[in-house]
Amino acid sequence: MPESILALYVFVLACFIGYYVVWGVTPSLHTPLVALTNAISGIVLVGALLVTGLEEAGIGASLIGFIAVLLASINVFGGFLVTHRMLSMFKKKQKKG
Amino acid sequence: MDLTLSPTAQALAYLASAILFIFALKGLTHPSTARRGNLFGMLGMAIAIGATLGGAEVQGYWLIGIAGAIGAVIGIVVALRIQMTAMPQLVAALHSFVGLAAVLVAIGTFINRAQAGTLNALLMGELSAGIVIGAITFTGSVIAFAKLQGIMSGAPIKFIGQHWLNALIALTTIALAVHFASTGSWVSLVLMTLLAFALGGTLIIPIGGADMPVIISMLNSYSGWAAAATGFTLHNNLLIIVGALVGFSGAILSFIMCRAMNRSIINVVFGGFGSDSSGGDSAGAVAAEKGVKSASVEDAVYWMEDANRVIVVPGYGMAVAQAQHALKEMMELLQARDVEVKFAIHPVAGRMPGHMNVLLAEADIPYDQVLEMDEINPDFPSTDVVLVVGANDVVNPAAKEDKTSPIYGMPILDAGKAHQVYFLKRSMRPGYSGVDNLLFYKDNTSLIFGDAKDTIEGMVSALKGGGH
Repeated sequence: MPESILALYVFVLACFIGYYVVWGVTPSLHTPLVALTNAISGIVLVGALLVTGLEEAGIGASLIGFIAVLLASINVFGGFLVTHRMLSMFKKKQKKG
Repeated sequence: MDLTLSPTAQALAYLASAILFIFALKGLTHPSTARRGNLFGMLGMAIAIGATLGGAEVQGYWLIGIAGAIGAVIGIVVALRIQMTAMPQLVAALHSFVGLAAVLVAIGTFINRAQAGTLNALLMGELSAGIVIGAITFTGSVIAFAKLQGIMSGAPIKFIGQHWLNALIALTTIALAVHFASTGSWVSLVLMTLLAFALGGTLIIPIGGADMPVIISMLNSYSGWAAAATGFTLHNNLLIIVGALVGFSGAILSFIMCRAMNRSIINVVFGGFGSDSSGGDSAGAVAAEKGVKSASVEDAVYWMEDANRVIVVPGYGMAVAQAQHALKEMMELLQARDVEVKFAIHPVAGRMPGHMNVLLAEADIPYDQVLEMDEINPDFPSTDVVLVVGANDVVNPAAKEDKTSPIYGMPILDAGKAHQVYFLKRSMRPGYSGVDNLLFYKDNTSLIFGDAKDTIEGMVSALKGGGH
């Protein structure tokens, strides 16, 4: 199987997982869901690392990669932290005591 | 000693990371498991980054270290300081970063591969997809941010031939992508990128402020597709999996939001809902004509004190007035008098999916007192008092009764079925749909004019002062 077809398999199957997992998310957590998926899509950081860290990368590619790493890092760190902050606020009713 | 990860070890680490991300999303099924889910997400990301840095491809660490450190500091500071009411703006800004990063990664990959002489048509086609999706995500999110932040008017911007212009830009972009993929032309690459940036803007400007929950969800979805496209160009399965998860998550949210408004995604994207600015005046005029009842804070408190059940319906107006903390105080005082207090949330209340829930959680209101539309609608007929705080269209019975109404068919909260309804309003302006609210004129409805926060604080002091 050619590599790009294999990639397509992975992609389509992952779409199904996404479909089934996300339908279960409770509506009250939709904002944290958006924030968390946003943090997770910071995974483009991996791509940015590969561009920047390449030994043969020229100055142009390095500079472009530098900005990409910076932006994606904001997403990763900011996204997970703000999700954590939000989720910490969701509390159950305390028993009257 | 050589610490470089073998390709197999790296691939297995990526697999572990992908599984952790799936568990992360799964954790959000319930508030009690959500925090653990987020930790799974962090762990997955840490493994992904570690495996990438430890692999054979990454050789230079200086630039990465500096850029990563700057990004981390900015991200942490912003995440700690951001107000919960500003969450939609923050999310829009973060989406734009993913989009731009995807564009940059694709261009950087092109430069690296051109230098190494390993370009081919398929790769350049994939690069084009990454650039186009990333660029649309970027400018679309920037416009959404500007609208949410109030830099730009939230009103839809429409002009004649808009859809044709968008179609023309889209087709030209695709043509340039095909040309780029087959020739590797720099000119086509640059033109294609610029046009895709433009398209992101022209696609979003006709969509109005009230449709923001859909826009945020759509851009969330795009940012996932952008990551997936990057994965295709880099032959990186982790990016493909994660991109697909995020892309589908956003798509499902968009669908849920559209369903909650009884509109198709096509209608939202091309509709430019609520653009009629003159609608405000005419509705106000009608109100004056028909006459609405206005009530004082004391009236509402009088009925709430002796009620069995009070339901609060919050909307975007609550966020604007920052009234959630005062509401919590009011809730406690009422509960002390054995009044049951619930909060009813419409799926599209606020400016992003779940916006109201986060604000109520911020004010320490327990999530088991905050109910979704389908859960709480049966309770309205047996409810003594409904307090509508800065919401409008989501309780408008026109959605059920008036077949000519633009919002006809939209599922609503049945607030009108309660014995007493109090609307906390600034003015007689209609909701974002520009539709007059029939509920204002019902016998059991009264309006309390003023800032929502001031009004509720007034209720709090009346409750404190006038105990039994």
